[in-house]
Amino acid sequence: MGTFMSKTITIDGQVVPFKEGQTIMDAAMAADVYIPHLCHNPEFTPHGSCKLCTVKVNGRNVASCTMPAVEGQQVLSDTLELNDERLSLTQMLFVEGNHICPSCEKSGNCQLQAVAYYLGMMSPHYNHFYPQREVDASHPDVLLDRNRCIYCELCVRASRDVDGKNVFGLSGRGIGSTLVVNSASGLLGDTNLAATDKAMQVCPTGALLKKRQGFTVPIGQRIFDHHTIKDVQLGDKHE
Amino acid sequence: MSDPKLKVRIATCSLAGCFGCHMSVLDIDERLLGLLELIEFDRTPLTDIKHCGPCDVGIVEGGVCNAENVHVLKEFRKNCKVLVAIGACAITGGIPAMRNNIDLWDCFQEVYQYEGGLEGGQVPNDPELPLPFDKVHPINEVVKVDYFLPGCPPSGDAIWRFLTDLLNGREPKLDYEMLHYD
Ligand code: SF4
Ligand code: SF4
Ligand code: FES
Repeated sequence: MGTFMSKTITIDGQVVPFKEGQTIMDAAMAADVYIPHLCHNPEFTPHGSCKLCTVKVNGRNVASCTMPAVEGQQVLSDTLELNDERLSLTQMLFVEGNHICPSCEKSGNCQLQAVAYYLGMMSPHYNHFYPQREVDASHPDVLLDRNRCIYCELCVRASRDVDGKNVFGLSGRGIGSTLVVNSASGLLGDTNLAATDKAMQVCPTGALLKKRQGFTVPIGQRIFDHHTIKDVQLGDKHE
Repeated sequence: MSDPKLKVRIATCSLAGCFGCHMSVLDIDERLLGLLELIEFDRTPLTDIKHCGPCDVGIVEGGVCNAENVHVLKEFRKNCKVLVAIGACAITGGIPAMRNNIDLWDCFQEVYQYEGGLEGGQVPNDPELPLPFDKVHPINEVVKVDYFLPGCPPSGDAIWRFLTDLLNGREPKLDYEMLHYD
């Protein structure tokens, strides 16, 4: 250290150092400051779509997972106003899909649910869309249940950038978005996806599940049943 | 609720639910006895009261899947000062809402005609049966709901916390581990 002055921003008044090229999210996570997020995973290029990580920088709302940290930024994150907005976004994600947690194998390990717990979501508030979404059970080892997909594109990024298989893609816009599968039939069973692929490890929800794993860990003994997503995601970084 | 001699009057019902939330109320165990000093029941599955009268608190399990559910729900809203949605079904539609993306007639045929071991294969069509809706809805899509207590079902501890907060005039607040959707 000595003569070397590291650059800093503040988050909710706390001084947080950063290195050139880091986003506000990177700097926050390195300093053990939790900013709620769903489409961001530090292993992948940010996608900036869920907006859950929105913070206020010098009075403006920005997505902290894509916004570069710049010397002297004053960032607000854990405020009533921003957490209310995060709650509304989370509630919209619930009603835009079909999230029937009691019948979902991801329950208790699901990041969408965990963020909702963290934000104290007592109900999805908005009217449910109950959209018609397709389930693809054609793969011998993997179930794709689009009812639970939040279009975070993590599987798309993982399959393309890590697995080198390019199995998934997003198609359409807004409420017409769907997760598409890159095979002539459009079915997962006709791709070379393997249950061990990175794409299978990154889905924050129960949209992509390994088959024959149902209830190996009982409900009530799963990670977010006892730990907040804040503790889990800040803890992960140290592994 | 201010007169200490007056008991808080509570009504409960199950609409499109499985009675699991009501069963979970019994998991309050012996604390239920203390609770009964403070409350009295209007319409519930435990009493034989058919219609909800004026109450302090109405607790509704289950979503709305047919016309009768709507009538019961509106009667609760009209008579209860505070209306509580308890459980995943009342709050999101829950397991019954899994039929929301299946054509209603297909559902009926599957259950009453194609399913094995059925005699006659008749879809029930008695005029006394309530008209089913094509989709199951959470109750807050029909009436205003004051409080939500999620879980499938919520634990006895969560229900206990919620009720004691409410009865003591506090804003109900669950601990992290009491809040779950499954
Ligand atoms: S994906 Fe998550 S939020 Fe959706 S039903 Fe499953 S556990 Fe619930
Ligand atoms: S399947 Fe999962 S990882 Fe892929 S876009 Fe949907 S929610 Fe994200
Ligand atoms: S985590 Fe930043 S936009 Fe989704």
